[in-house]
Amino acid sequence: MTKTVAIIGGGVAGLETAKQLNSLGYSVKLFEKTNTLGGHVAKWDRLFPNKRHASEVVSSLTLSQGNTQTITETTVHSIKRENQGFVISANSSNHEADAVVLATGFELFPAEKKEEYGYGLFENVITSADLEQMFKKHGKPVMASGHKPVRIAFIHCVGSRDEKVNRPYCSKVCCVTAVKQAIEVKEALPNSEVFCFYMDLRMFGPGYEDLYKEAQSKGVTFIRGRLSESSEIEGGRVLIKAEDTLASTPLKMSVDIVVLMVGMSPLRGTNKLATDLGLSINADGFIAATDLHTNPTGTATNGVFVVGACTGPNNITDTINAAKATVLDVHNYLSR
Amino acid sequence: MIDFGFTPLVASITDLDKANVNLAKQLTEQEPSFALCISCGSCSATCTAGQFTKFSFRVMCHQIRKGNAKEAIAEASKCMLCGKCTLACPRNVNTRNIISLVRKAQTTTP
Amino acid sequence: MKLEGKRKIWNEYQKDIADDKYFYVRSCIRQAVFPGSENTYLRIMRDVLKKDVHESAHHTTCTGIGYHTEVVPFETIQTVVARNFALMREAGYENYTPSCVTSFGIYTEILDTWHHFPEEKKRTAEYLKKATQRDFQEPGNMAHTSDIIYKFRHQIAEKAKYKLVNRITGLPLKVVDHIGCHYAKMFPEKGIGGAEHPHVLAGLIEAFGGEVIDYPERRHCCGFGFRQYFIKANRGYSIAASKKKFESMEPYQPDLILTNCPGCNYFMDRWQYALAEMEGKTYDTQGNGIPVLAYEELAGLMLGFDPWEMGLQMHQVGIETLMDKIGIPYNLSEKYKGAKGEDLGVPESPRNIKFYK
Repeated sequence: MTKTVAIIGGGVAGLETAKQLNSLGYSVKLFEKTNTLGGHVAKWDRLFPNKRHASEVVSSLTLSQGNTQTITETTVHSIKRENQGFVISANSSNHEADAVVLATGFELFPAEKKEEYGYGLFENVITSADLEQMFKKHGKPVMASGHKPVRIAFIHCVGSRDEKVNRPYCSKVCCVTAVKQAIEVKEALPNSEVFCFYMDLRMFGPGYEDLYKEAQSKGVTFIRGRLSESSEIEGGRVLIKAEDTLASTPLKMSVDIVVLMVGMSPLRGTNKLATDLGLSINADGFIAATDLHTNPTGTATNGVFVVGACTGPNNITDTINAAKATVLDVHNYLSR
Repeated sequence: MIDFGFTPLVASITDLDKANVNLAKQLTEQEPSFALCISCGSCSATCTAGQFTKFSFRVMCHQIRKGNAKEAIAEASKCMLCGKCTLACPRNVNTRNIISLVRKAQTTTP
Repeated sequence: MKLEGKRKIWNEYQKDIADDKYFYVRSCIRQAVFPGSENTYLRIMRDVLKKDVHESAHHTTCTGIGYHTEVVPFETIQTVVARNFALMREAGYENYTPSCVTSFGIYTEILDTWHHFPEEKKRTAEYLKKATQRDFQEPGNMAHTSDIIYKFRHQIAEKAKYKLVNRITGLPLKVVDHIGCHYAKMFPEKGIGGAEHPHVLAGLIEAFGGEVIDYPERRHCCGFGFRQYFIKANRGYSIAASKKKFESMEPYQPDLILTNCPGCNYFMDRWQYALAEMEGKTYDTQGNGIPVLAYEELAGLMLGFDPWEMGLQMHQVGIETLMDKIGIPYNLSEKYKGAKGEDLGVPESPRNIKFYK
C-alpha cells in the first residue's frame, strides 16, 4: 500500500520535499495556511546573487508537483501519534499520514520592536520585504508621498545579532539581500545615493563577494556602524544617526527612505507543533538539529522530520539541499 | 558680543548632508578602483612610512570620503611611493595612483 | 508621522494618577528663577479645579542638586526624602506631588531602590528616627505636577478663555514640547507615554488647540546637568546641548516651547539670550527668540490670569509676541511694577535679542 507523507508548509522547503517524495512514488499531502504556495519567496521580486526572478523558482517548484495533494487555506493545529502513523488535525478535518515533515518556515522580525528606528511611526522607514513589494509593483522605490527618492539608506542586522530583542543569532541572508537591493536601487534610479550601514558584511556564498564588489563599483557607499536612531524631518524625510566606526566619529545624515533589513525569526505556531511531537527547540527558538554535522535534518522522533527555515535562517540554495536530504531520510524511514 | 567666559562646544560629528565629497568623486572618476576599498587595512599594515609616522593610506582615503580633504591631502606627502600597499591590496585598488592623484589635487585644491 | 503608531506607544505607558488631596512640595530653582509659576499652579488647582492641595511649611528641598553633584551622599538624601514623606502622612495625605522634575526623578529612584533593597529603607527609617523622632510611610501615589495638569487638561481647556491658535490666521500655534530628562528617561513606565514619545505635555498642547511639533532633537537633553552647568569650565558643553536643540527646531519656526522641568524652563529661556549675546543669532525670524513657558504658566495664560501676576516678566525671552498671536491683552506699563504699584526699575536691554518694556 502506498505510504502517505504529510508536509506542513507550502514554502520552498515544503514544495521541494513534496516534489521529490512524490516522484519517489509516495502519496503526498501538502498543507498550506495561506491561499498561495511559495511562502515568503513568492512575495519576493528578485533573488541574490544573480537577480533572477523569484517567480521562476516558485513556478519551477509548483509546476513539478505531480500528484501532490495541495491543501491550501488550511492551518494545522495539532499532530498526534496513532498506531504506527500520525493524525493531523487541520481546520475541521483529520488526515492520516505515515510520516510528517515540518516545513513551517519563519516569520520576519517585527521591525516596530526597534522603536528607535521608527518603523510604523515614520512613513519612509520600510523593511526589505516592503521594498521588494515596491520593486514588484513599481520597479523602483517610491517615497510614501509618491516622490522619487534620492538618498536611500539600508540598515543591516535589524532583529538579528541583537540581544536586546532576544535575537542574538545572525539571519544569514540579510547582508547579501541588502547588497542586492542596493544594486537594484542604483540601477532603477541611477542618480540616487545609496548607503549601507553594516556591522559586518556576511558574503559567504557563491557570487556574493562579487555582488559586493559590483555594488561598490556602482557607487553604493558602505559605512561600518549600526543605526542608533531615526527621526523625521520636513517632507517625511528621515534623519539617521550612527557612528562611523572606522573613523571613530559620530555621523548623521538625512535620507529619503530607510530600509530595515529584518531578520528571520522563529514562527510562533511552530513551537507548539514541534514540542507536541517531542522535538527540541534550540536556544535561538528554532527546531534543534539532531547533529549539526552528521545529521542536520534529522530529529530524535521517529517518523517526524524537519526541513527549511523552521530549523534556522536559511537561503533558497541550502534549503533545497536540506529538502533533498530530508527526502532521503523520509524514504529510508518509510522503507524500513 | 559679550564674553561670558565660555563658548558653546562645537560638535565633531560628520554631517554627510554638509560634507564636501568632491575630491572623493573626482578620485573615483579618475581611478575607479578607489571605490573597491573594503577598509581591511592591509595597505596601512604593510606601509613603510606607517612604521615611523602616523601616515595611514586607509585613514587618508576614509577622510577624503567623509569630506575632510584638506587634512588628508597634507598626509599624502608622507608616502614614499614604495608600492607595497598596491602589492598587498586584496581588492586590487591602485593605491599608488591614488596617492599621485591626491598630490595633484593638492596643487589644484584651495 | 503615523499617528496610530504613536498612539500604540502612548497606550503602553499609562500611569495611575490620584484624583485629589495632594501634598505639594516645591522646587528650589523655580522659587528663585520663576517665582510666579508655583503660585499659578496652586491658583489653578485650588481656585479653578477646587482641589485640596496641601503644603507644609516644614518641607525641605529634596537635595537633588546636591545629590547629583555628589555633595550629598545617598544615605542623606534618602533620609531627607523619608522626612518629607513623614510630613505628608502627618498632615493626613498620601498623594505626593513634587513640582520639580529632578525631584520626581529622585523620588522615583529612591522608591525603586527601597523596593529592590529593603535594607536601605530600614536603615533610612533608623536614621530618620534618630535625627527627627519621625516615622515615615511611602506615598500611596506619586505623580509630578505636570501629570496632574495633564489629567485635568480637558477641564482646564473647557474653562479657558483663550486657545493656542493664531487669532489672525486661525491656524493652530506650533508648539515644541520639551520634557525634563528625569521625568521619563530613567523609568519610562513612570512617564505618561514612555521615554521616547511622552504625552504629558503634548496632550496639554492638543487640549488647548495647538499643534505639536516633532523635530529630530526633541528628546535631546537641554544640557542642565548639574555637574556640567555649575562648573564654568563645563558650561560650553551644557550650552551646546541647548544650541543643538534650537538649531534642530529652527526650520519648524515654533511659536512656543513648553516645558515641565524647572531646569529646562530656565535653560531654554536663558540660553536663547546667552546665544544671542554671544553669537548674535536668535532662533526665530523676528529677533525675538522663541518664548518658553512652563505648563502651569501656559494653563494660567489660557485661563486668563494676568501675565505679570504670574511672574512672566521674569522670562528672558519676551512672551509679548506669543500673547499678541493669541490675542491676550496685557499692559506693558505694569510689567515692572511691584505688587503695590511701586516702580521696581527696568532691566537693561540686551543687544541682540528684543526686549519689551
